[in-house]
Amino acid sequence: MIALSDYLILAAILFSLSIVGIFINRKNVIILLMCIELMLLAVNINFIAFSHFLGDAVGQVFVFFILTVAAAEAAIGLAILVVLFRNRRTINVEELDSLAG
Amino acid sequence: MKTIYLLIALMPLAGAIIAGFFGGRIGRAGAHWVTSAGVGISAALSLYVLAGFVGGNIEPFNGSVYTWMVSDGLTMEIGFLVDELTAMMMVVVTFVSFCVHIYTIGYMADDAHNWPKESLAGKNSYQRFFSYISLFTFSMLMLVMANNFLQLFFGWEAVGLVSYLLIGFWSVRPTAIFANLKAFLVNRVGDFGFILGIAAVAMYFNSLDYAEVFAQAPGLADKQITLWGDHSWSLMTVIGILLFIGAMGKSAQVPLHVWLPDSMEGPTPISALIHAATMVTAGVFMVARMSPIYEFTETALTFILVIGATTAFFTGLIGLVQNDIKRVVAYSTLSQLGYMMVALGVSAYAAGVFHLMTHAFFKALLFLAAGSVIIGMHHDQDIRNMGGIKKYMPITWITALLGSLALIGFPGFSGFFSKDAIISAVSHSQIAGSGYAYVLVVLGVFVTALYSFRMYFLVFHGEGPRDEHAKAHLHESPKVVTIPLILLAIPSVFVGMFTVGPMVFGDWFKNAIFVLPEHDTLGAIGYQGVGWFLGHGFMTAPLYLALGGLGVAYYIYMKKPEIADKAKDMAGPIYTLLDKKYWVDEIYQAVFAGGSRGLGKVFWFVGDRVLIDGLVVNGAAKSIGWFATVVRHLQSGLLYHYAIAMSLGLLLLLTWFVIL
Repeated sequence: MIALSDYLILAAILFSLSIVGIFINRKNVIILLMCIELMLLAVNINFIAFSHFLGDAVGQVFVFFILTVAAAEAAIGLAILVVLFRNRRTINVEELDSLAG
Repeated sequence: MKTIYLLIALMPLAGAIIAGFFGGRIGRAGAHWVTSAGVGISAALSLYVLAGFVGGNIEPFNGSVYTWMVSDGLTMEIGFLVDELTAMMMVVVTFVSFCVHIYTIGYMADDAHNWPKESLAGKNSYQRFFSYISLFTFSMLMLVMANNFLQLFFGWEAVGLVSYLLIGFWSVRPTAIFANLKAFLVNRVGDFGFILGIAAVAMYFNSLDYAEVFAQAPGLADKQITLWGDHSWSLMTVIGILLFIGAMGKSAQVPLHVWLPDSMEGPTPISALIHAATMVTAGVFMVARMSPIYEFTETALTFILVIGATTAFFTGLIGLVQNDIKRVVAYSTLSQLGYMMVALGVSAYAAGVFHLMTHAFFKALLFLAAGSVIIGMHHDQDIRNMGGIKKYMPITWITALLGSLALIGFPGFSGFFSKDAIISAVSHSQIAGSGYAYVLVVLGVFVTALYSFRMYFLVFHGEGPRDEHAKAHLHESPKVVTIPLILLAIPSVFVGMFTVGPMVFGDWFKNAIFVLPEHDTLGAIGYQGVGWFLGHGFMTAPLYLALGGLGVAYYIYMKKPEIADKAKDMAGPIYTLLDKKYWVDEIYQAVFAGGSRGLGKVFWFVGDRVLIDGLVVNGAAKSIGWFATVVRHLQSGLLYHYAIAMSLGLLLLLTWFVIL
């Protein structure tokens, strides 16, 4: 029998992976977007696990909302990425520091 | 009577306001008519008041006109105290002022020449001048008619202000601006002492009213106060000396005398009115008025005596070597003020005030005569360029001769009575310093005669003016100039013999001046009538010294002019010392003016540049800038740095909430 804690640990691992991915990825903006998606998915796992173990369907409804928003966000993010590449001819994160003080 | 007194004081003010604010509209004639009329009415009413006192049908008046404020029992008001002393001063002030008003019509007639073309300050300068001298008359009347210290102070400062305005009247001349600033600053030194004295009066007497203060004075005669440390001071001495410091500034006593010779930069009428006849004698009047205080402090009296005697003799010496006609008269004024102070120092207040009166007439006369000569000489003031003016300007000549004779104390002239009364009083005084003072005032008589007649002979006798052009145009001044001369010559000659009895030796001042029996030096003279006093003069040294001075001046400047140059060469260092006025100006310039400027520079550099600009204003901006340059390195612009910061922050925040 898979316990609730197992799901939560899995979600935590996924979430941590995505955070670390954001930190240590210094090359590609696309990987950054992927890490954000992964974060949302980790949260979704939490929602589904709680929904299942607590017998409340609202959690699953929420997951659909999150998926929708994530899809929209990915679309916008990729669009921004394209514009960024057109302007800077690069998607290397290390070089994107025009906000530097 | 109150209405009359108010009218006396306010008529000149009204004239000053009309001439000052509406000068452009009423024109030149309007201005001199309205101010002369105002002062003329004042003079007539003052004469009426004086006549009332002489006839005995006016009682001394002491009343309040307007209460300004009452603060913690201290009443501050405007009020008049009109007794015999005030009445005499009022007549002197308004009469001389009236003469000067008339004289000014002639003297300032072509004032437009003194201003650059299109000069804004030169616009309506004629009206402005009349406004100022009328305002001066008002201020001086407020000063002498005051019945309390506050109003005295008001008048004191107001005359100082008008003096400042008039010395610098020709504001396009740098020397005039320098002189008026100097006069103002030197007077501030004196006024600082004066206001401290008034504050001490208010503190210990809890009143500013003359009558109340004088009534309390005997009770506080032995009071000791501590100013700093453990040393105790007599209250009367402190008040007396502080008030006298004010008088030293206003009456130009050594060491605050430096402003008066420079004040000759102003037009001659005001030199006569303000810097000879009235304002500079305010200190003498003030001390005489405060006699109920000064009588209880021999220390202050000695102080006055020594200062006065020093001024009388040493400034007279400077007069010997001056070549500017007005400066000779100015140094003579300083010297005569010293005589008045000497009289006050030996408690001969009546003699001091008497000399004030006679001096006001003959010194105003001498100044106006000098002004008349200056008009004739087209504003050349160097006496070495003059000479032989006698035949061109007969009225000026004869009045100047009468004034000079009065000044040196020629027997029978008014100056003789006043000066002899002072010197006799000094000889009877027992107060500390009277020996020193006696020697100086007696020698001073010789010096006075010498410088007066040096000037007189150089100006009016001998060879004609050096400049042929000036000689060709030399003629007697117009009537508006000569009539005041004649008007002033009359009292210069006669006022002494008719008033010396009642004023100096009689009981004319019994209500106004208080003298302790043991200080009664005038009583000690044993006056027995005018004839006796004249005879008494012939038995004492001063008269012969005066005649000697006259004779020496005649011999040197009429018979053997080369002696003067020889004496100048022989007395080289002394001549230089006198010519440089003991270097007092230079010392003040270096020590006080230079010191203040140095101090100002220090404050400017350390306080302003370094502390305020450098540390506070720029320092704040700089430290913020520096902090920002350090902190900006945190803003790398790299996304993952911000992400790390955010995550770590979140983590910390969560830990915080979870643990607590």
